Amino acid sequence: MAMGEDFVELTEKQKKARRSRSLAIGIALAALVVLFYVATIVKFGPHFFNG
Amino acid sequence: MALIGDNQYDTPSVRLSEATASDYIELLKPRVMSLVVFTAFVGLVAAPGTVHPVLGFIAILAIAVGAGASGALNMWYDADIDAVMSRTSGRPIPSGRIAPKEALAFGLVLATMSVFTLGVLVNWLAASILAFTIFFYAVVYTMWLKRSTPQNIVIGGAAGAFPPMVGWAAASGSVSLESVVLFAIIFMWTPPHFWALALFKAGDYGAAGVPMMPNVRGARSTRRQIFIYSLMLAPIGVLPWILGFASAAYGLVAIFLGAGFVWYAYQVLRMSDFDGAMLPARKLFGYSIIYLFGIFLALLADVLAAGFVAGS
Repeated sequence: MAMGEDFVELTEKQKKARRSRSLAIGIALAALVVLFYVATIVKFGPHFFNG
Repeated sequence: MALIGDNQYDTPSVRLSEATASDYIELLKPRVMSLVVFTAFVGLVAAPGTVHPVLGFIAILAIAVGAGASGALNMWYDADIDAVMSRTSGRPIPSGRIAPKEALAFGLVLATMSVFTLGVLVNWLAASILAFTIFFYAVVYTMWLKRSTPQNIVIGGAAGAFPPMVGWAAASGSVSLESVVLFAIIFMWTPPHFWALALFKAGDYGAAGVPMMPNVRGARSTRRQIFIYSLMLAPIGVLPWILGFASAAYGLVAIFLGAGFVWYAYQVLRMSDFDGAMLPARKLFGYSIIYLFGIFLALLADVLAAGFVAGS
């Protein structure tokens, strides 16, 4: 069975679109992490770090 | 009416997407989102009590994403209608850039994330109203009312009226008479705003089979109803002053803006049945956006001015 038949070659336009989507997902996830981190500090206050 | 699952926009089993991030942003209806963000922000600022700026920002962000999710779910379900209408045929799904299933998944993920983020980080009352707003817009309005009754945007208008109430609940943790008044202003504004658009886009809605008021009851009845709603809207816009949570300066602005709305609606009422250009309807549509923006901007300025005076 030829494994190569399962692969699809992306066109330049598809590659560019995929990069754009991946970048947007990455930025959104990073922003969400920062958002939850900052919100946790705000909600619990500075004493959160003092044990 | 065909359900989206078995229509022509469904995709074959293997499909390589050429959709960029901006196509997905378009699914969020950024222009509608901007008005939602603004009215929610005013609700948040006008509410009693203080909210930490970071949590306030998160609340507005969650409301914006929730509104965007509603837009994506609306575009998913209405792709067949959007393809027929000139105003919407270039949207990502009818133009083939995004598959319906992708839009559905995108909308559901954003809706879930926005509600839970608002609930966990701000409060669950605001999150509950946001969840109900998304449900109301995507299910009650889009899936049920829009295709079944000419009162679609009258009842469905509630979805667009909830954001200031969500903002208010995010800041104060409650729903009060003041936030209901903010809701009522947008609720009463929605029918004349959309019927003005429907008057000069009646052909589009008719071709798509959407029972908008001009297609069902005729242009004359629609013009009369626009005028009646504008007569009800103008005094409701002044209510924040009458009820004492805005100053006389706001009241004067609201009276002036409301009188303008009634005047433009009167021009629409007087419009001839044979007016093909429908300039008065186009002017009312444009003015209605200025009206809503103006009312909430005046309220925002009023609240900020009151805060400045109290602080000095």
